[in-house]
Amino acid sequence: MADTLTPVLTDTWDAEQGWKLATYAARGGYAALDTAFAMSPDDVITAVKDSGLRGRGGAGFPTGMKWSFIPQDNPKPKYLVVNADESEPGTCKDIPLMMGNPHVLVEGVIISSYAIRANKAFIYIRGEVVQVIRRVQAAVAEAYAAGHLGKDIHGSGYDLDVVVHAGAGAYICGEETALLEGLEGRRGQPRLRPPFPAVAGLYASPTVINNVESIASVPAIVQNGAAWFASMGTEKSKGHGIFSLSGHVQKPGQYEAPLGITLRELLDLAGGIREGHQLKFWTPGGSSTPLLTAEHLDVPLDFEGVGGVGSMLGTRALQLFDETVCVVRAVLRWTEFYKHESCGKCTPCREGTWWLVQALTRLENGEGTEADLDQLLDQCDNILGRSFCALGDGATSPVSSSIQHFRDEYLAHLEHGGCPFDPAKSTAWAGQEVTA
Amino acid sequence: MSAAPLDDKTLGELREIAARYPEARSGLLPMLHLVQSVQGRITPEGVEACAAILDISPAEVNGVATFYTMYKKHGVGDYHVGVCTNTLCAVMGGDEIFSRLKQHLDIGNDEVAAQRQGDSRTVSLEHIECNAACDYAPVVMVNWEFMDNQTPESAVQVVEALRAGHDVSSTRGPKLCTWREAERVLAGFPDGRVDEGPTAGEASLAGLRIARERGWTAPDPAATPAVEAAQKAEGTDG
Ligand SMILES: Cc1cc2nc3c(=O)[nH]c(=O)nc-3n(C[C@H](O)[C@H](O)[C@H](O)COP(=O)(O)O)c2cc1C
Ligand code: SF4
Ligand code: FES
Repeated sequence: MADTLTPVLTDTWDAEQGWKLATYAARGGYAALDTAFAMSPDDVITAVKDSGLRGRGGAGFPTGMKWSFIPQDNPKPKYLVVNADESEPGTCKDIPLMMGNPHVLVEGVIISSYAIRANKAFIYIRGEVVQVIRRVQAAVAEAYAAGHLGKDIHGSGYDLDVVVHAGAGAYICGEETALLEGLEGRRGQPRLRPPFPAVAGLYASPTVINNVESIASVPAIVQNGAAWFASMGTEKSKGHGIFSLSGHVQKPGQYEAPLGITLRELLDLAGGIREGHQLKFWTPGGSSTPLLTAEHLDVPLDFEGVGGVGSMLGTRALQLFDETVCVVRAVLRWTEFYKHESCGKCTPCREGTWWLVQALTRLENGEGTEADLDQLLDQCDNILGRSFCALGDGATSPVSSSIQHFRDEYLAHLEHGGCPFDPAKSTAWAGQEVTA
Repeated sequence: MSAAPLDDKTLGELREIAARYPEARSGLLPMLHLVQSVQGRITPEGVEACAAILDISPAEVNGVATFYTMYKKHGVGDYHVGVCTNTLCAVMGGDEIFSRLKQHLDIGNDEVAAQRQGDSRTVSLEHIECNAACDYAPVVMVNWEFMDNQTPESAVQVVEALRAGHDVSSTRGPKLCTWREAERVLAGFPDGRVDEGPTAGEASLAGLRIARERGWTAPDPAATPAVEAAQKAEGTDG
């Protein structure tokens, strides 16, 4: 049994100047590179497959399998693109990772590019995090200066160039094909699939797109072995993952643990819900994953466990809300977000999110009737599965799950003629004014 | 605010950005960041310069510039203040912070506050979506640097210090530079502030501190059958 917390990617975050090459190298950084170069690219792919690593960007697709889809007989250049757009509400793990330990990402980029035989890689970072971008820019520059990037890396004969690319504000650019559009200098609107990026991605060339944490997990897998990684986690959800706790919890923050840990265990470590309050609802993996309640404290937080209770592990973004929070207010705000971020390409999402906002606003104001709730669910049905990309599907998650778990609270708005909650009670400083 | 013309140096840098990519058009997003850093916003002149360098139409450039929220058609202040009002931050107090700042600055969303007599710098205000810092809620961004764990009072203090021209540091990053300077970093021209600020903020370290206290670590590689896995990998060599 692995320990309850297993710091790997977070392990250097308490180091002085953890972002520097010297700090990373002093802890054995860039050693995995030579281990990888001593292997054939296919063996690196096999090791990642054997490790059981599944994508950390939300969908959980097996990373090694994704790499093996790159057609090596295709004469076009291959590309690796790191998805560092981190914009799913609640998700806040890749940003501190790149801030505190950018070299583990750079080393992962080199090994992963070597495995898929790419000579050019891109790190697409959302633009709204300047210090994180500085840290990654500097890490790439240091890696070049030390001979970890560029021509004939470590005398292996392998060449790699890395470009750090800043986005410009668009949640949809986290969706991998929209990201490619952004990276090609276009509006970030998703592409029709097939062809999948593995076949025709960036510049219509074979492209692997992976999340920051997925790629950053690769050096330790190569260095310590697939079995080491697979000794953490559960049967189908192997390894370590960063769990992000936010909201009404005593110690919000990042907790790196084997997949399969429960919210009860995490809350225990984090000191519980804030003093004098109880957990009401939470997202297991960002706002696009259906809400869960205090009933689900013992669900193993792995892909199967969370899927089994009708939600998704997503990005392990655990946003915790106590009993002071109005679920209708929370859901309306998320829905406004989806409406704002809808790229407008397809009608179910563009029109549907607009309609959801109208209906939820009326309900939040205590207007309308119970029949509106069923209409809301109908509208979700019209979006879910009919949208061009997963943004539209995700937009329905908070709406339908909140009606499922908290129908009475919607009705209370109608009875009360408005919101029965006092938002002042939910703030971080609630209760402190009295004593101040 | 007056827009400095795009001089030869800037045009050269725009070309330099395009040259980083196998296909020049990939440079468009960072090129537009550079236009903003020089001109304070997306100007028709900047749009035309990008279009000319990339050999696409100004309409295509405009189509891109209007798609992304970080590109501003109207200028912003020296310090652009973004208050996260996505659900988690809103609930934790972001809504209150945003309304306090609107009232204090006497402006609405996406507006620049008046420069009062004695103010050496200007601020603008916008509500923003989740900025991947929810464990520090409520979050305010100034020129896209983190101001973690804010209150209405602390946010007012920050904007007043900024307007007065005092040095203000990000709670998890460097001394704040101007919006234009930040845009230049986004265009891919580092400014040397990388070594300011901590490795990680306190919330980022929450789990690691507990692991250190209790002696929890990832499994010892020597104690797992890593050797077998390596041999297996060697076995499939070919
Ligand atoms: C609307 C939307 C936003 C997304 N945002 C992100 C993101 O910010 N980061 C990320 O890694 N994946 C994001 N994804 C998932 C990506 O499309 C893709 O599955 C992922 O980058 C693949 O990497 P992985 O296999 O390593 O997880 C998003 C998907 C959708 C539909
Ligand atoms: S589902 Fe929404 S975001 Fe996705 S393509 Fe359709 S309109 Fe765009
Ligand atoms: S909700 Fe505000 S930073 Fe995530």
